[in-house]
Amino acid sequence: MKLLTHNVLSSKCLKGVSVGYPLRLNATDIKVVDVDYNSEFVSRMIPKINYSALYDAAQSIGHLNGLPDAVVDDFESNEDFLKAVHHVLLEVDIVSGDLECPESGRKFPITRGIPNMLVNENEVNEINGSNGYNN
Amino acid sequence: MEAVQKTIDQELLETPDLSHLNASDYDHVYEPREDSFLFLDALEKDINLIRLVKPSLCLEVGSGSGVISTAIARLLGSSSYTIATDLNPFACQVTHQTAEANKCHVSCIQMDLDSMLRMNNSIDLLLFNPPYVVTTSEELKQPGVDGSFLHLAWAGGVRGREVTDRLLNHIDQLLSHKSLFYLVVIKENDPDEISKAMALQGFKGEIIASRKVRNEMLSVMRFQRG
Ligand SMILES: C[S@@+](CC[C@H](N)C(=O)[O-])C[C@H]1O[C@@H](n2cnc3c(N)ncnc32)[C@H](O)[C@@H]1O
Repeated sequence: MKLLTHNVLSSKCLKGVSVGYPLRLNATDIKVVDVDYNSEFVSRMIPKINYSALYDAAQSIGHLNGLPDAVVDDFESNEDFLKAVHHVLLEVDIVSGDLECPESGRKFPITRGIPNMLVNENEVNEINGSNGYNN
Repeated sequence: MEAVQKTIDQELLETPDLSHLNASDYDHVYEPREDSFLFLDALEKDINLIRLVKPSLCLEVGSGSGVISTAIARLLGSSSYTIATDLNPFACQVTHQTAEANKCHVSCIQMDLDSMLRMNNSIDLLLFNPPYVVTTSEELKQPGVDGSFLHLAWAGGVRGREVTDRLLNHIDQLLSHKSLFYLVVIKENDPDEISKAMALQGFKGEIIASRKVRNEMLSVMRFQRG
């Protein structure tokens, strides 16, 4: 699981959880991979992501690699910055560990790079409904 | 002359290589069939529009074998990031493998629909080939006798709409302002009524491809804000 994926996950649909973001990240196995760098893509992603959640997640697993703690003003043309974001977003891959709801403490295991975020029907708010197949 | 020009300009959507999968994989994961291939054909016809939208974040809900998300991830390359969800754990693993076998990356997450994603209008391209077959509601809830997830690939409950409707009812919070959303339906799902429900959320929909397969009238719908 890449940190870009972590950035878009939330446990807000759980009962009693009001924000559910960002999820706490515990990594037991991390792999660093090479991913083609596309500066234009990274620059388009900056306004879409929650930068402080990305920064905190990278810091919590010790993979900041020089990422600054805030978006730089000239981010669209700052190659050093875009490369640092690219690395943290796409090249740091969590193979195993877990994600944890910041409010309820509910844990979601990550196995072979895939987070399991399936919950029982009775764990989610009514309005969201669920297949509830595993009740 | 114009028709000829069109054929030349039409970029093709490569069908992903699935040779890493064998018959026993399809005991656990939906094997791509006519609906999947109609979906690929419809997306291929829409490549120019998809490129115009320049999706940064793509999401396939219910990725199964990963044939659709992998085709899109390959098409868009490093200009986009593709996420795939499925509640079937085998489907998540197989989607991951399919992307890898085709030298691209699809981020797989096991979850119900999009339930654990942030709802902040961030998805630019959404793809869903849902369980659309008309069944009883019970059929769609029950676990398979052997704990199998396979029936959830097709069992759609009342009018075949129960799963689809749970995604549609909050789509406005999921999709970005410039987004494209493609959905596979059959006639029994009542595409006209889906269009009306989507219009209430500000989306206009149209059928962009149809095919009759045995006794099923399959269509692909495209929705855009408008
Ligand atoms: C008709 S199959 C499509 C598979 C693949 N996308 C294709 O086109 O070949 C539907 C898929 O949706 C998944 N699915 C069904 N209900 C779901 C739900 N509530 N949340 C996530 N995935 C679901 C099934 O496990 C299955 O893989």
